[in-house]
Amino acid sequence: MTVTTRLRSGETRPAGAAPSRARRRRVASLKAFLYVAPALAFSLIFLIVPTLQTAWYSLYDWNGLSVATWAGVQNYIDIVQDEQLRDSFMHVGVLVVFYSFLPIAIALLLTMVISRAHALRGMSFFRTVLFLPQVIASVVIATTWLSIYSPNGLLNTLLRAIGLDSLTRVWLGDFNTALVSVGFVGTWLNVGLCLVLFLSGVGNVQPELFEAARLDGASGLQEFFGITLPALRGQITVALTLTVVSSLKTFDLVYITTRGGPGNSTSVPAFEAYNRAFNSGQVGSAASVAVVLTIGILLITALIGRLQPKDTE
Amino acid sequence: MNGKKRSWTGVIAVSVAVALSLTACAPGAGSAPAESSGPVSKDVAGAGDVTLTVWDQNTDEGITDAQEKLNAAFSAKYPNVKIDRVTQSFADLKTTLKLALSGDNPPDVVQANQGYPDMGAFVQGGLIRSLNDYDGLYDWSSYYPESLLKINSFSADGKTWQGDNLYGISQTGEVVGIYYNKKILTQLGVEAPTSLDELEKDMAAAKAAGILPMAYGDIEKSPGIHLFGVVQAAIAGSDAVNKLVTGADGAWTDDASVTAAKTIQDWSSKGYITEGANGVSRDDALAQFEAGQSAFYIVGTWKQAAISEAMGDDAGFTTLIPKGADSPVTTGGEGLAWAVTTGSKHPDVAAAYIDFINNADAAKTFIDENSLPSVIPADYTPKPGLETDVFDTYGKVTSSGGLVPYLDYSTPTFYDTLTSAVQQLTDKQVTPEAFTEILQKDYSGFVGSK
Repeated sequence: MTVTTRLRSGETRPAGAAPSRARRRRVASLKAFLYVAPALAFSLIFLIVPTLQTAWYSLYDWNGLSVATWAGVQNYIDIVQDEQLRDSFMHVGVLVVFYSFLPIAIALLLTMVISRAHALRGMSFFRTVLFLPQVIASVVIATTWLSIYSPNGLLNTLLRAIGLDSLTRVWLGDFNTALVSVGFVGTWLNVGLCLVLFLSGVGNVQPELFEAARLDGASGLQEFFGITLPALRGQITVALTLTVVSSLKTFDLVYITTRGGPGNSTSVPAFEAYNRAFNSGQVGSAASVAVVLTIGILLITALIGRLQPKDTE
Repeated sequence: MNGKKRSWTGVIAVSVAVALSLTACAPGAGSAPAESSGPVSKDVAGAGDVTLTVWDQNTDEGITDAQEKLNAAFSAKYPNVKIDRVTQSFADLKTTLKLALSGDNPPDVVQANQGYPDMGAFVQGGLIRSLNDYDGLYDWSSYYPESLLKINSFSADGKTWQGDNLYGISQTGEVVGIYYNKKILTQLGVEAPTSLDELEKDMAAAKAAGILPMAYGDIEKSPGIHLFGVVQAAIAGSDAVNKLVTGADGAWTDDASVTAAKTIQDWSSKGYITEGANGVSRDDALAQFEAGQSAFYIVGTWKQAAISEAMGDDAGFTTLIPKGADSPVTTGGEGLAWAVTTGSKHPDVAAAYIDFINNADAAKTFIDENSLPSVIPADYTPKPGLETDVFDTYGKVTSSGGLVPYLDYSTPTFYDTLTSAVQQLTDKQVTPEAFTEILQKDYSGFVGSK
């Protein structure tokens, strides 16, 4: 009510006595607030309140049904002390390499090759194929790889066909290879994303630059490190952010392929949080894992953001 | 700049207010509805128009058809009752039921899994009601054998399983045992095993003949419970395992459990079970057995219809008799318990409904759909073949007290602990002793805190 009356009194005032600048600005900002109010209410109810609730739950020992008992920071201490939880954070560290660093390296290599062959026929076709994994539902991807890794799956059949029988194994069931196998699916998944990003970045580089470099007798490698890589700094930052975040919150691949097994060798924090909250009745512990994971993702994203070149934006 | 600053202070103020209002009481406090303690009655027709919301997990072929038939029959008998059936898989029910029960509008009737993780937590939270008063009306105590009633009972505080209060009744019977391929056993010249020694001898014969002794796939982690459960029961006997799982007595590091762990690791070393089982799915292993590529397969009676359809008369079912005992002991029990929620506004109708879908007539409906009912009607003669094996075994173990509970009932976190430990055991990542110590650590933490 006060907003509207003020507004109206402002309007009816004779032109000579205009309201002070500050007041006008305040009215304007209140109006602006009304515009964003629905969105703000939405994020308050569905984002901010649940986040605070999660943080609050993490301080309790609670099975989700009975009255909780205060646990203080015990759930957080457990993350460090409990071998299973600690391992899940280690595993996600390994996954970052496979989900992020490897795909970026591979995509850069491919960019180097492809960007030199500008007139490659059917380029858009290959680009689509490489990007396809990003479009397919992750459940489909996981199920497909489950079959590829199975004892008589594609991978083992291929190995046998070329006489490498000694290498065949149950990839997802072996304590030594399960985590790497899950990680490799992430590599396959993210190469396409990185490549499409990088190729669009290379497309922005003026062709004269490459021409000039070639006239000066630069080799492919020199061209790559002298022109392509610096031009791609922005895209690499974006790729790094997207892939690192996706690796940290990995859940679907693990849930479908291994359920954290064999033993706990592929358990990750997101899976632990889900399992503890909804299956084993350790809501407090699940919440603390979620809080640590969220803070970790925010911190890492902020760090990666520092790599972003200021001038390109 | 000014406006921006103010909006931030606003957000912070609101957040702090929300946080303060939240921390006013502990999570879960005051959420449980009060248990109604009024008089109970069998009257359904006089209850007026009622919609009964029912959550079940009867999704298996046969069982779901039986459930549909029973629901239709109940509505036909009482036209004033409409049944709103919500059905989902066991795993989905397990994850969503807690949220549904603790919400403002819980379903009236739910299927609750037995043991501490589910039923115990529900009782503790005051979410399902004791059925002792309705037992007085419907006399379930004389229809069900004592051993089955015990599985669905808890103490009033939910802390002691198999206590004095009945919280549910079950439709189907379940026994985990060893399915075998008759053709392969005849070819090897051996009989169906009835003891662990015989089973091991048969498996050695199969191995020598170049046949996979036992198909086993454990990528889903749950089959490990059955493998260890069957072997442990055959070594420790029913009394010891019952006491262990209910938390009455014993330790997982006891000799019998260590021997069971040694036996399983030994099977894995000798190639008696599928190599790399941790990467093989349960369904793939079953398919292998059904295709005649292995002599044995361990699973519950709920697979009876599927195995009988795939193998016909070639399939048999057996359970093991422990040394010194005269009847078989194995993992088993009954299907999930049908329970009435504390928040239900129509407990009389709900109780009449669960009686209707669990009574002797309902049992016949389940038999018609090729499923094993919790109480086999006395006048029923099973069809020869696998059904006779399964029904006879179930009759034998329930009447002789040879049923031991599913091991994951032991503690709220035991499912995860046991399944991941069995994966480590079969892959020789841990010694049998270390395996039992992993289990004991979880167990003593829970039993000690009770």
